[in-house]
Amino acid sequence: MREPLIQFKNVFKRFGDNHVLNGTDLSIYKGEITTIIGKSGGGKSVLLKHIIGLLEQDSGTILFEGRPVSDMKKAERKALKRKCSYMFQGTALFDSLTIYENIALPLKETTSLSDSEINRRVRDKMDQLDLHGIDDKYPSQLSGGMKKRVALARALVTDPEIILFDEPTTGLDPIRKKAVHEMISDYQQKFGFTGVVVSHDIPDIFHISQRVAMLNDGRILFEGNPVQLAQASDPDVKEFIQGLYINDGN
Amino acid sequence: MKNTSIETSVGIFVLIGLVCVGYLTIKLGKMELIGDNNYPVYAKFQSVSGLKKGSHVEMAGVRIGTIDSISLDKESKALVKMKIENGLVLTDDVIASVKTAGMIGDKYIRISPGGSDVILKPGEMITETESAVDLEELISKYVFGGV
Amino acid sequence: MLRLSILISPITALGRGATFIVQEMGRIAMFFLRSFALIFSRPFQINKTTQQIYFIGAKSVFVICLTGAFTGMVLGLQGYYTLVKFGSTGFLGAAVALSLIRELGPVLTAIMVTGRAGSAMAAEVGIMRISEEIDALETMDINPLRFLVSPKLAAALISMPLLTALFDVVGILGGYLTGSLLLGISPGVYFMRIETSVIMDDVTGGFIKSVVFAVVIVTICCFQGYFTHTRAEGFGAKGVSLSTTSAVVISCVLILITDYVLTSFLL
Repeated sequence: MREPLIQFKNVFKRFGDNHVLNGTDLSIYKGEITTIIGKSGGGKSVLLKHIIGLLEQDSGTILFEGRPVSDMKKAERKALKRKCSYMFQGTALFDSLTIYENIALPLKETTSLSDSEINRRVRDKMDQLDLHGIDDKYPSQLSGGMKKRVALARALVTDPEIILFDEPTTGLDPIRKKAVHEMISDYQQKFGFTGVVVSHDIPDIFHISQRVAMLNDGRILFEGNPVQLAQASDPDVKEFIQGLYINDGN
Repeated sequence: MKNTSIETSVGIFVLIGLVCVGYLTIKLGKMELIGDNNYPVYAKFQSVSGLKKGSHVEMAGVRIGTIDSISLDKESKALVKMKIENGLVLTDDVIASVKTAGMIGDKYIRISPGGSDVILKPGEMITETESAVDLEELISKYVFGGV
Repeated sequence: MLRLSILISPITALGRGATFIVQEMGRIAMFFLRSFALIFSRPFQINKTTQQIYFIGAKSVFVICLTGAFTGMVLGLQGYYTLVKFGSTGFLGAAVALSLIRELGPVLTAIMVTGRAGSAMAAEVGIMRISEEIDALETMDINPLRFLVSPKLAAALISMPLLTALFDVVGILGGYLTGSLLLGISPGVYFMRIETSVIMDDVTGGFIKSVVFAVVIVTICCFQGYFTHTRAEGFGAKGVSLSTTSAVVISCVLILITDYVLTSFLL
């Protein structure tokens, strides 16, 4: 059996009386896109934040390449963080910086690349994401969809090995949605990164993901490939999938 | 362009600030910028009541130095360290007296010149001193007789 | 058993409160020490520090001049009418300069900077926290303290003594305005008195205060903004508004408390 890149083992997390993760078990494999679906407010973002270390679990273990993250030394954690990128749901762009500075920020602050090299890489990503002529604008001057793409450019600019997408397509029109999906999948094929996507775009998202996990009440209700999901017999899973299909139809 | 204008105004701000700091420290705080242009001289007094660090040392009404420190020596006398400007020569029989400028004015030390040929070296002690006049004591003596 | 718990519970509450305060002070101290140490981490953030000096220092010049002038003028008036009773109006210069340099300069400058820059810092950092920008920095492996707090701290440590000096000098001129031009004390006596009464210890004491106040303002205001999300009373925009309010209130109270403590040490 393949060894998972990231593995959650019986992870618990609560905020006050709200048990968000309730014994979560999840495996994420190298070079695959894993999509996490589930009800809004069901702890999907919290799950992602545990992977990158923004939140610490109350109990249970998170393994990275078979080793518990909590046992890692500071330098190892730092190295792990450098391999990851996180695309926030609310974009989390810096309002006081221009678009160009926003995308260039991770390169500028954490690498010793020359300005021209940084410029080249930023241009590269901006071209690929169809972001032209907005270098000197500020995030508040852009539309929601445009901001999403800028956030995506910022997440991709460091060429990370693991990218965590927190609802990358929410608020985009269907054409842009498709473009973002295609881009994630293209990049993934090109660079072979490991992706974890939190998304509500069912069934579109299934076309680009190799694995799907459904989070319900802090537990993983289903884990497998998209075909297995469609044939799942669990009533909760069925209800969720069908509910979304019906909504899509409207 | 925008960056340069920020830097210019920061430059102006720092300049104005430094001018003010300079005024406070050099003019008011009497900070000596280039080395020591004075030498120390000590004197012991019975009482230096009212004298402060930084008070003037005068000779014939002209300021020739300042009080550097005041402490109590083993014989319970006040030991005053004065800084006298370089180039000013004091003889070993000068008299140092604690005086008051006006009735309730600041205390200062007046040095009255002597006639000796021996010159006071830096760090030496002025032997002849007069303590501060206790105004209250003087008035009470006058009022109750005894002068 | 019940009676015992009634007796013990207020003591427990007291202990809980005390532990919380001690913990909070420890957190604030660590927050300051880490931000301070990160000022010196390479590469230096000269550009950002310059921008912060512009914001904290250069933009405060006008308001500092204004408050400084009026403080000096009112000191001139009040001092004159007090001293005239003892027939020693000649001491006005000393009274104005000493109260400005030792007390009013550092304290009023610190309170003006808290109002102008401290509140803005708390709001800025607070908004960055709730819009996940601080989390984003962490995911990019950029130290948020180094990125956000250190330049502000460095800038305040540079700006505050300069602003205080400006306040003192403008205040002394303000005192001259009322004392000499309005009430007729000879300008020579006014400035001579200032020079004879002010000593270096007064000036350095004032600067020590202004540096300590700079630390208090930046640490408290950034700390409040940085931990906006942990507030129990409000989240989001309400949390930011609460953080800003408490940043200003706590800063001002702490400025006055540390002023008393410092004065008792310096005298």
